[in-house]
Order: sequence, then C-alpha cells, then structure tokens
Amino acid sequence: MAAEHAPNASEYIVHHLTHLNSLGHKQAKLVDWSVFHLDTLFWSVTLGLIAILILARAASKATSGVPGRFQAAVEILVEMVESQSKSIVHGDRSFIAPLALTVFVWIFFMNAMDLLPLDLLPNIWAAVYGAAGHDPSHAYMRVVPTADLNATLGMSLGVLILCLWYSVKIKGFGGWMHELFTAPFGSHPVLYPINFAMQMIEFVAKTVSHGMRLFGNMYAGELIFMLIALMGAAWAGTVGSGLLWVGGVVAGTIWAIFHILIITLQAFIFMMLTLVYIGQAHESH
Amino acid sequence: MNLNATLFAQLVVFLILAWFTMKFVWPPIMKALDERASKIADGLAAADKAKSDLAHAEKKASEELRKARESAAEFRSGAERQVAQLIEDARAEGARIVNAAREAAEAEAGAASQRAKEALREHVAALAVAGAERILRKEINAQAHAELLTQLKSEL
Repeated sequence: MAAEHAPNASEYIVHHLTHLNSLGHKQAKLVDWSVFHLDTLFWSVTLGLIAILILARAASKATSGVPGRFQAAVEILVEMVESQSKSIVHGDRSFIAPLALTVFVWIFFMNAMDLLPLDLLPNIWAAVYGAAGHDPSHAYMRVVPTADLNATLGMSLGVLILCLWYSVKIKGFGGWMHELFTAPFGSHPVLYPINFAMQMIEFVAKTVSHGMRLFGNMYAGELIFMLIALMGAAWAGTVGSGLLWVGGVVAGTIWAIFHILIITLQAFIFMMLTLVYIGQAHESH
Repeated sequence: MNLNATLFAQLVVFLILAWFTMKFVWPPIMKALDERASKIADGLAAADKAKSDLAHAEKKASEELRKARESAAEFRSGAERQVAQLIEDARAEGARIVNAAREAAEAEAGAASQRAKEALREHVAALAVAGAERILRKEINAQAHAELLTQLKSEL
C-alpha cells in the first residue's frame, strides 16, 4: 500500500484525507482564509479545462449534417441540459443553460476521479515529492475535488451569486426588496421581519445544502473506498487475511460499479438544483 | 474538512468555465442542432411534396391514358365506318358496272339479233323471189313487186 513504513489503518485514512495546501501541513483552524488547497485547485482546474476542451472540440466540429458518435454523444448531453433548463427556467437562458452544462460535465469529471485507483495518483505524487528531496510521508494529495467542501461550497456560492444577480435583473432591485419583505407570508408591516428572516434562512439553507450534499456524497464515497482498500491491504498470508483481501476485491468492485451511478447522479442533482434555484430567481411570488 | 480561500478560487474558476461554455461551446452546438432540425423538417416537407406530386402525376398519366384509349377507340370506329362505307360504295359501284355491262350486252345482243333478222328477211325475200322466178320462169320486177316483197318481209 501507500506508505513504506506501513501505517496503521487510522494513519492511512488520515493521510489520505489530508489536503496538499499552501501551508505544507494540516490546517489548524477550521476556517483560515489565507490557505489554499493546492490539490483541489490543481485537479478541479485541470478537469475543468479537460471538460470544456472536450466540449469545445465537439462544438468546433459540430455540423448540421450527419453527426459522428462523439458529436452525437455531446449533442445528447446538450439536448438533455437544454430541455431541462427550458422546463425549469423561464426567461433568457443564454448563460444559464451553458452554465448548467458546465456544472454537469465538470462535476461529473471531478466525481469520476473517485473511480481511479485510490493510491495511484497519491503514490505518484509521493514519488515526485520524495524525488524533490522532501519526506514522502508528508506528500499529501487528494484527487477528488468535489470531496473538498471548499470546492462544492465555492460552486454553490457561485450559484447563490447568480441567483441574486438574476433576482435583481428580472425583478429590479426594488421589486426584489419588496419580495424579500413580503413573501412568503404576505404584505403586512408585522410580517416584514418574519418574511425577511425566512428569505435569509432560505438563501443560506439552499446554498449550504447545495454544496454540502455533493461534498457529503463524494466524501463518504471516498471514505468507503479507503475502508475497502484497507480490507485489501490486510493481506498477510493467513487464511483470514486472504478472505479479507477477497472481500476487498468484491466490495471494491461492487462499490465502484455503484459509484458510477452516484457520480452521475450527484452531478445531475447539482445541475438540477442550480437550475431550480436560478429558476426561482426568475419567478415572482 | 477545513474552509479556506480555495472556496473563492473555485468560485472564480466555476464562473470562468461557465462563461467559456456560454461563449464557445453552447452556440455552435445549438446552431448545428437547430440547422439539422430545420434540414430534417425541409426533407420531410420535400418528401411529402414529392409524394403528392407523384400521386398527381399518376392521376394525370391515367387520365392521359384514358383519353388516348378513348380517342383510339373513336378513331378505330371511325375507320371501321369509313371502311364499311368504302366497301358499300365499291359494292354499289360494282353492281352498277355489272348492270351497265349487262344492259349494254343485252342491247348489243338485241341489236345483233335484229340485224340478223333483218338480214335473214332480206335473204328470205331474195330466196323467195328467186324461187318464184324459177317457178314462173319469168323475171319479177322488183320495182313492180316491191310492195308485195315488203309485205312478205314484214310477215316473216
């Protein structure tokens, strides 16, 4: 397995759950705005570039004639996103529909990093890190950006900003303020603070749950892959450990196959909620 | 799980990727899809038109065929009528010629027999005269007995 000095299960998992950040060691405070997760940034930007370059390639070669398989696949995706966005958002979708496509493809790619062998990229990084003269046991690398709360909350915060932008754009600043104080309970001075509080809670709850849902699913999925990997790592030449190894193979296979569904579903859910929230910004109460 | 500035970096990346997609990915693909949709619609409309054109042409062709058959039948019956007329005319002409020939022949025969009778009368009258001369040994004056002779001739 990963480390040369044979870490125990807890050390193995903690090592795998530690980010490569700009500090070089684990972030001490829960919230520290001066720190960056370099691994999350690297993989999310890389995967984002791969995603949009694939899409851009399909777009640049798109013809109205008979499509090839690649073009047809991208078109199926685009049609799916287009029809969903059309049914949810009533208004100008020239930015929203491409946004939803980006969200879906990008998150799918980031989630799909979960399907790579758990130790593959971290071990490569450890080798590189060690070759650069550092201690390989401190070579941290998490390859699933969506299993980092910063990434998912960053995206849900983006969606929140777009919601506010479209609220103001569609209803006007005054109209939006009016809605903030009069919906959902009605227009009465006594109800203004209650309405406003409800609206604030709604915005916070939407954004936090939006980011947390994706993060939670991917984090849990990653953790289960680690536990399964530990089963495989239990191989020590005895019958019991051999059975654990077989169990690791079986469980790993089942979980990976199931994860194909999860990564797609979570990407789809994130896209749909993005559309729903932005769609709500288009509806007046 | 720690919160840090990665969040804002991710936010910015998110918006940039979405902008890129809006600018360079979405429009060409949608354009291709819309163009193909209109091409297919055109193709279907053309197929419909071709079908109705074909039906129209078939109808027209059968109409022409029917007309041609009718005129051929008319032509044929006209020709038959004409032929019958020609045959009729020829028959009438033939009959007329035959009649005329027969009449001419009859007239000829009548005249010939008349002439033969005349000649025979002349001949008989001469014979009678000659006979009577021999019997009477005496010349009969043809002039004096012309009346008698003519009477005799007409009695023959």
